[in-house]
Amino acid sequence: MNQREPGASKDELHQVQLTVNGEPRQGTVEARRTLADFLREELALTGTHLGCEHGVCGACTVLVDGEPARSCLMLAVQSRGCEVLTIEGLAPEGELSPLQQAMWDNHSFQCGFCTPGFLMQITALLEESPNPTESEVREALSGNICRCTGYESIVKGVMAAIGSSGSEAAG
Amino acid sequence: MKPPAFAYRAPESLEEALTLLAELGDDAKVLAGGQSLIPLLSLRLARPAFLVDLARIPGLASIHELDGWLVVGAMVREGHAERSSLIHRLAPLLSAALPFIGHPAIRSRGTVGGSLAHADPAAELPAVALAMDAQLVAASAARGQRTLPAGNFFRGFFETALEPDEILTEIRLSPVPPGTGVCFQEVARRHGDFAMVGVATTVRLEDGEIAEARLALTGVSPQPIRAREAEMAMVGAVPSDNTFEAAAETATTRLSPPSDLHGSSEYRRHVARVLVRRALQEAARSAGFPPAEVSAGRWAAR
Repeated sequence: MNQREPGASKDELHQVQLTVNGEPRQGTVEARRTLADFLREELALTGTHLGCEHGVCGACTVLVDGEPARSCLMLAVQSRGCEVLTIEGLAPEGELSPLQQAMWDNHSFQCGFCTPGFLMQITALLEESPNPTESEVREALSGNICRCTGYESIVKGVMAAIGSSGSEAAG
Repeated sequence: MKPPAFAYRAPESLEEALTLLAELGDDAKVLAGGQSLIPLLSLRLARPAFLVDLARIPGLASIHELDGWLVVGAMVREGHAERSSLIHRLAPLLSAALPFIGHPAIRSRGTVGGSLAHADPAAELPAVALAMDAQLVAASAARGQRTLPAGNFFRGFFETALEPDEILTEIRLSPVPPGTGVCFQEVARRHGDFAMVGVATTVRLEDGEIAEARLALTGVSPQPIRAREAEMAMVGAVPSDNTFEAAAETATTRLSPPSDLHGSSEYRRHVARVLVRRALQEAARSAGFPPAEVSAGRWAAR
């Protein structure tokens, strides 16, 4: 088989430059490297969790150019020039965003493995529509799977964050 | 659960992409949004030697009107299409179907052209393209551009009329005429899953009669199908429950959908029949039948 076609081989390395949580980052990757593995292993941002690794569970959700994306279904090379937001970028080190605080207050997680994906998905929803109804929240979260907490307390935490956002904006 | 190794290029022009495909032939796969291809790689169900990423090619992600067509670029993301007022106005059936695809994080990456070219037998957009008689524009380095009607595009289980050196570049849709109602319905095991059965339909009314009805089903055969016999039988009829029940019977009686752990063939046929009836009723209602004050009670009682 012709392995020398248009000057590219399978183990060729690619330069990736992107913005992660507001900072310019770069790395050198094989094409097959997923964005999730790039974030975790090259950039040491291990807050992005990998559950199923084939786009079913939603745990690895991050924001790419402001929109939610499953980082296991995206190659690092596809993210060249993109702005990526991970859970590490939601609040300064040691602090919680209002959404994180509301979910903390409402016991919206148990083991916490799926939580980063839920947080990023809801962050995307709230940026698009700051006052979603409970059914819109449930619709937005339909692609995120939690196997221990159950969804009621997650929805409750999100709704609490939405309820408090008015005073947040005023303050 | 990691993709196997492959070579990768992200050409910055369509010509460059077509040249690559012409040289690579069957060794290459086109990468659009990746929401189906990357899972296939991770599960090692596909092992292409080469991926050609279309995301850097300008002009493939535009939604615009041209010569009476609504043109949707193949690389338009499903989430973008879902929010497009132009699509909402000119191709409401497409707008109706998009929210059924996966989940928000899938639709923000997945593309309209990718879904059509992938041709999953249970996907939503192939049925929409078929029901709308979409024209699919494909390009290759050797033969230039050609236009394929949706009716000739879907050839079987994950199979289309696209040649290995071809790229689907845009989808042309005829804007719906006035008086047309649309409906997309599906039943899936879980919200966001591929459809067990999905139905895309449009109903156009004139003077209280059905002037034209279109009906396409997904999930019931290796490729989406048009129920033309049922469509023809509705023309000239009054949009009544009897008309739609008869159409649902005609459209589904000879189906032999697949049986699997999600549902038996018989169950799928039953679901198809119920969905076709409901979708036709809903489409007729959105086309303005029955006039609200006259028959609201009858419909409300259902």
